[in-house]
Amino acid sequence: MAKLAKTGKVGAVVANSNEVAEIHSEQSRRVPAWVTSIMNGPIIGLIVMCVVLTFTSPYFLTTRNINNILVQSSDIGILAAGQALVILIGGIDLSVAAIMTVTMMFSAWLYEMQGVPFPIALIAGLMLGALIGLVNGLLISYGKVQAFVATLATMSACLGMALVITNGNTINEFPVWFANLTADAAPLIPNQAILLVTVFLTLGFWLKFRPAGRALFAIGGNPEVARLSGLPVRPLQTLVYVISGFLAALAGWINISLLDSAQPTAGSSYLLTVIAVVVIGGASLAGGVGSMGQTFIGLLIIGVLNAGLALLHVNPNLQQVVIGAVILAAVLSDRNQFNFIRKLRKKKEQE
Amino acid sequence: MNLDKSLTVTNIDKSYAGVQVLHSVSFTVPAGEVVGLIGENGAGKSTISSIIAGVVSPDQGQMTIDGASYTPANPAEAIAQGVALIHQEIRMIPELSVAENIYLGRLPMKNGRVNSAKLYADSNEVLLKLGVNIDPRRKIRGLSIATQQSIEIAKAISRSPRYVIFDEPSASLTPHETDRVFQQIKVLREHGVGVIYISHRLEEVTKIASQIICLRDGHMAKSWNTGKVLQDDLVKAMVGRDFRFEHHAPIDATNNEVVLEVKNFSREAVFEGINFSVTKGEVFGIAGLVGAGRTELVRAIAGVDCATSGEIYLNGRRVKVNSPAQAIREGIVMVPEDRKGQGLNLGQSGAKNIVSPWERILCKSGLVTKGWVKNLAESTAKAFDVRGGISQSVERLSGGNQQKVMLAKWLVKEPKVLILDEPTRGVDVGAKMAIYQIIRDVASRGVAVVVVSSELEEILGISNRVLVMSGGKQRQILDRTEANAESVMSLAMPIGAK
Repeated sequence: MAKLAKTGKVGAVVANSNEVAEIHSEQSRRVPAWVTSIMNGPIIGLIVMCVVLTFTSPYFLTTRNINNILVQSSDIGILAAGQALVILIGGIDLSVAAIMTVTMMFSAWLYEMQGVPFPIALIAGLMLGALIGLVNGLLISYGKVQAFVATLATMSACLGMALVITNGNTINEFPVWFANLTADAAPLIPNQAILLVTVFLTLGFWLKFRPAGRALFAIGGNPEVARLSGLPVRPLQTLVYVISGFLAALAGWINISLLDSAQPTAGSSYLLTVIAVVVIGGASLAGGVGSMGQTFIGLLIIGVLNAGLALLHVNPNLQQVVIGAVILAAVLSDRNQFNFIRKLRKKKEQE
Repeated sequence: MNLDKSLTVTNIDKSYAGVQVLHSVSFTVPAGEVVGLIGENGAGKSTISSIIAGVVSPDQGQMTIDGASYTPANPAEAIAQGVALIHQEIRMIPELSVAENIYLGRLPMKNGRVNSAKLYADSNEVLLKLGVNIDPRRKIRGLSIATQQSIEIAKAISRSPRYVIFDEPSASLTPHETDRVFQQIKVLREHGVGVIYISHRLEEVTKIASQIICLRDGHMAKSWNTGKVLQDDLVKAMVGRDFRFEHHAPIDATNNEVVLEVKNFSREAVFEGINFSVTKGEVFGIAGLVGAGRTELVRAIAGVDCATSGEIYLNGRRVKVNSPAQAIREGIVMVPEDRKGQGLNLGQSGAKNIVSPWERILCKSGLVTKGWVKNLAESTAKAFDVRGGISQSVERLSGGNQQKVMLAKWLVKEPKVLILDEPTRGVDVGAKMAIYQIIRDVASRGVAVVVVSSELEEILGISNRVLVMSGGKQRQILDRTEANAESVMSLAMPIGAK
């Protein structure tokens, strides 16, 4: 353009538009860095969805609906927190939902059939979850079994065990006090939402500030580089699966408390939703990319979407289709060729 | 020379990431003759063969085949025009049959199905032509390397190429097996095929080639129109450079105390019986050809791989290093040769890369804050003169600066022993000099430095002593005064090839 401007008549006009472009890019540069860094595809999508739903459904922006979204999302969210760590190190945990189910049945069985005090039964459930996670972790890190295969095997075993424990029967009626776990702490805020946020904040802090948590990014980016850097790659890989198993059992607590029953088929539809949450949050299945904050956004998108589609009376079977589309949109929005904001910015820079 | 029946290469230039690796390389390969291509590691032999085979495109220059212009955009086009490359590494699919490997991607079809009768008959014919007696129906798995090499040659010949490039075919073969390859090359010559034969083993080249071309640092160093050249002349042409390394000459460390001592160090089938010691402030070079076991040796010292026997002493105390983490804690750090695969997390920022090994060790509060990372990374990067910013992802930095980030990463805390594997691979001259300066500085502060390099003059220029390895064995440790290109090269040549 500069060349054209020198050559003649068109120059004046061109130079003018050039200035305009400069002013524009000047303005876009003035947007604070934290805004541009936070304004990625998923969060924009979430905001757009909320705005649209607010206008299309009178019930969307009600306390009851918001409370409902939080209640519905908590167990999935806690599972997704563990899954996010696993995916961050380049792995996958197919067994999370199954671990949740088997630990629920185990705790219920200890309490109802073996007469174990309920608090102890609950803690035993957490320990079983961590133990299955340990098996996953050891198989993957020391046994060199592919994560997909190892967790596929434990998933199958856990689903089977969940049925075997009670012969496929549901166990009902738990101590009344346990329902408090899913009661409202304050209007709008259910207890399990506080638990959920605590889990995300704790793990987020660990990932950001503690050496071990930060090492997960290095392991996911390139495990060999991490090993040569002296990072304890295999112990950390194992630990991540243990955390995932533990959190799965914790999600089981919420499930028991909410329904006052332990069903051997609970969570049968959870696994893919959990992976969807993490992926919509911008994590890469190749590892090395992701954060707890982004995973939380992914969780809200799924939560809002499910609630919103129900409010709009969309056929429940169609909801799955919509979620599929959202996953694709989230992943594609992360790429340059589909990212209109980045595209525009680039265009301006070139001019 | 008859251009109608030859492959010509004229004034080829090629740069990778700003580093020029070929400078107007020109030569001619007449049909029915064998051209030997020699040169040190990194001289550009593999690059020129990749260009001819269409794997990479040249920046400048022309090529012709039998008088017609030849500009392959990819290997498939090169093959279509009659050029075949036989790789150093054998690339066979183990679970497929010999015949299927030979005709991979172009299986003969009949009525929508593979015509196996024709497949096996054709394969048999090609194999017989080469004098290979093997059933084309059997799987590759379990065949010896030499046999696989023959099948690789059969694969190339089955396309009836007019020009064939052999890239170090004998690297993994015994002399007897190499003779068989020579027989096969003779068959090719008789069929009017022009051959480019690349090898480290000079006596092989003089035996088979009717012309020899020597590359050095990407330049045409010398060429001979005969294969009958004295080996000494070849060595001189390969290494005879007049480099000035005086500025980087090591400080005298003869009388200092010993820091690192390696005794009877072996790793099964890789290297054996290695003994040496390195004193405080000494730069200890390890030289040898590709496959001599140099990298494997230093990897074992740094705990990356496990040695099967032998001991390591650090300041007289026996230490066990079974993992890089242990080695780093003991004060032995290794800067690996492969930046991308082993050294740096290219997608992450320079700062994160630099602090990554040290968060656990150096962060006293246990809270790795942005400020802590920034302070540590910036002061380290400054000490090593990293340019281009360490807050952006490392892949955006130049090769030289990436190399400096890698040095900075392992030198955040002063080690007792610093091991450098190919410290100047893929960097330009300016960065090379800076890296030599860093090595000299680190040594003068009392660190024992071990350098592995394929660049002979680099090893000779910066080391106090040089260990020459060949075929996984320790040949000799040469003092700076007795180490020169000829003495090192003659020790480095494989013993079995004589």
